[in-house]
Amino acid sequence: MESLVTAVTIFVLAIFVGFEIITKIPPTLHTPLMSGSNAISGVTLIGALLSAGTQHSTLTATLGLIAVIFATINVVGGFLVTHRMLKMFRRKD
Amino acid sequence: MPQVIVNLAYLVASILFILSLKGLTHPRTAVRGNLMGAAGMLLAIVVTLLDRAIVSYDLIIAGLVVGSAAGIPMALKVPMTAMPQLIALFNGFGGGASVLVAGAAVTETILIASGFSTQVTVSIAASGIVGAVTFWGSLVAFGKLQGFISEKSRSLPAHQLWNGLLGAACLALAAWLVVDPTATLSYWGLVLASSLLGVMLVMPIGGADMPVVISLLNSYSGIAAAATGFVLSNNALIIAGALVGASGIILTRIMCRAMNRSLTNVLFGVMAPAERTSAAGEDIYAGKVKATSPEEVAMLFDTARRVVVVPGYGLAVAQAQHAVRDLASALESRGVIVEYGIHPVAGRMPGHMNVLLADANVPYEKLKDMDEINSTFAQTDVVLVIGANDVVNPLARTDASSPIAGMPILEVDKAKTVVVMKRSLSPGFAGIPNPLFAADNTLMLFADGKKGVLELIAALKET
Repeated sequence: MESLVTAVTIFVLAIFVGFEIITKIPPTLHTPLMSGSNAISGVTLIGALLSAGTQHSTLTATLGLIAVIFATINVVGGFLVTHRMLKMFRRKD
Repeated sequence: MPQVIVNLAYLVASILFILSLKGLTHPRTAVRGNLMGAAGMLLAIVVTLLDRAIVSYDLIIAGLVVGSAAGIPMALKVPMTAMPQLIALFNGFGGGASVLVAGAAVTETILIASGFSTQVTVSIAASGIVGAVTFWGSLVAFGKLQGFISEKSRSLPAHQLWNGLLGAACLALAAWLVVDPTATLSYWGLVLASSLLGVMLVMPIGGADMPVVISLLNSYSGIAAAATGFVLSNNALIIAGALVGASGIILTRIMCRAMNRSLTNVLFGVMAPAERTSAAGEDIYAGKVKATSPEEVAMLFDTARRVVVVPGYGLAVAQAQHAVRDLASALESRGVIVEYGIHPVAGRMPGHMNVLLADANVPYEKLKDMDEINSTFAQTDVVLVIGANDVVNPLARTDASSPIAGMPILEVDKAKTVVVMKRSLSPGFAGIPNPLFAADNTLMLFADGKKGVLELIAALKET
């Protein structure tokens, strides 16, 4: 129970941090915000790595493998496409 | 590696995620911010790979290679006009991964027979539901944006009843899983029901409401990741998931406000029927619409000091962003001040127009948001509306019974002259006529976005 309360505490505080920062992001950068935050949510990848690597059974390993593929697409593609977009927003002189 | 060090590394990764979002508060720091986020992710991955529980790296390496081989070309090759569907697709994959990780955790319970606490089973059910809704919802959004399925609203008879039943089925299966964590079948049943729910939730969403749904799905993918974090008691997942969840909710709220509609109205509401459109449209337009030619508009430009371009989704469809930039350069070389007025829901995702124009090398300082540009229209000589309709419709201010009543609009009608570039007088997404087209200070330039702009540039060169 105590670990649950700790986890919920962290969750709620992180939401507040998120609100504080994200309300300050200008509308011009809302698309990169979506793709960048999207890439961050691909952090499920670390859960996927554990499922694929621990190999309790063929089923968990298979689920883990597909999860790793999905999450990797999300993470690698997400950060890359965000980078591509943000480079365009540099000041042109 | 001792667990303490692993957890400290996750803390550093979480801090990097937060700094990454903070970097996005300004275009100057945004690139660095994104790199910090990527560094945080790399750190989290490397530390996880050193975990003692991992007995084999074969599948991990295979998964990372296949995922990268799929993700990298997509990210590098996608044209900026196709960005909304790519983001929807990536979003879906994140949700799908959460479903599978929770599924693997459920399967493990039977195998290692350690039994799960209620916290874990509840979290597993949440990951499954939210993840599956995100996955299928995002795939439908992708299909609509890519044109694989019709962008129009599609719904079944008694659509909301079916949604309610599916929602209830999800909750019942979740309850079963919590009571008996060894009943893995209940988990997969729950995933199936949530998958159907995800499809059903997004099918009725029409094109112009897409920004709301994309933002909401973005939020869901974060919540799914956080739920997976609760399953694995992993703080990095919880924090990252919470940040993304918050981000998506904020964007959803901004989009809803920009349409003056509630989230429930967007998701479950039906836009007012458009039967009276044609008749009312004829009344409003009859004899009052003035068509113009590129030459006439070029003459207007010639004497203008300040021009504002208002882009809409039509700009993206016509891929006219580069032509618009060339037109702006031609005007600027004659000493005209050119700025862009961008409505929050213009396009198919938050910030869609900004990305398109940035792609065409328009400096970001010239891209003004609604509040900023609205105060300048009275001092503007010519407004050029390209491919936008509902977001410049004055009925939002004047007709309380209209479906867009109260929606904040770009008040282009306050400018000296408005030039609307459009193929016909057909209504926009809201299905209502636009009195702006018949206003005294409005000229209609009937043309396809890109071709029309190119003709304007040619005409401008001749004057």
